Amino acid sequence: MDTQAPELLRRLLRAKDRMDGAPHEEWSVQRLAHASGVSEAHFARSFKQAFGVPPHRYLLTRRIERATALLRDTDRPIIDIAFDTGWASLGTFGRIFRAITGESPRAMRERARAAANALDRVPGCFLAAAHRPDLATSVLEKRRQAADATMGSIDKGRSHGTRRPGRRSVRAGPG
Amino acid sequence: MAQGVQVVGLYVQDQDEALAFYVGKLGFRVHTDVRNGDYRWLTVQHPDQPSFQLGLFTPGAPMLDAVTAQALRAMVAKGAMPPLVLEVDDCRAAHERMQGQGVEFTQEPTARYGSVDASFRDPSGNGWKMVQSRG
Repeated sequence: MDTQAPELLRRLLRAKDRMDGAPHEEWSVQRLAHASGVSEAHFARSFKQAFGVPPHRYLLTRRIERATALLRDTDRPIIDIAFDTGWASLGTFGRIFRAITGESPRAMRERARAAANALDRVPGCFLAAAHRPDLATSVLEKRRQAADATMGSIDKGRSHGTRRPGRRSVRAGPG
Repeated sequence: MAQGVQVVGLYVQDQDEALAFYVGKLGFRVHTDVRNGDYRWLTVQHPDQPSFQLGLFTPGAPMLDAVTAQALRAMVAKGAMPPLVLEVDDCRAAHERMQGQGVEFTQEPTARYGSVDASFRDPSGNGWKMVQSRG
């Protein structure tokens, strides 16, 4: 794999920053390529090489991160959170949320509230980043792995390896 | 006589560019700028913080081999370096002034957690969170 020049990486970072700034918006390859000054033909491949995941999958992690925070920290209806974080329907939101985090939005909300934590010394933005779901595999692949694990085990509990973002521990940081 | 951290360094792609940014746009002052051959020790200071220096260094010889330097330059350009936080009296005013100077903001000022914060990057890709002091 050839090395990417720092100048290219810096421009690709602009596309990533733009998604970070407005993950609820639609981010077509055309729009992202324009933000980073890279041709549409090369953008997705360059982005994946730089950041390890395709741009669309990165966007999903940011949406789920935001939705998770809203579920945890607000009393807003789940359907409002779904639309505000960029999903076209409640069904799509619930399906993808479950595929990525291993639990439904409602279950996640209940669990997060039950777990009283003392994370208020960590600046919110860094705390949110630590809770970002890890999408090293595609959503479809995660579903397949979960299905395989369920079929292959007698115990139908959480025997598959789905990562659950709320459980990751965070140490106190600055501020 | 104060004890404590004296210098913390950032890696930047280009020291002239970094100097123009931190001094010309953020209002820092040059503390030390000395060269020895290709090596340049460059530190800047916030005007309100005379006991602390921010180093602006390029990864490379004689400290690092070429492959390591290239990896570090890539990390900086990908925004993968550790968090930096700048405290200001008035986040919105600072944002307006800096944006006028052409600073690349990645997050507009947002009120939350009892403060106001915004985010920007230096030309190399280092990400700063700008947080308003809590009254």
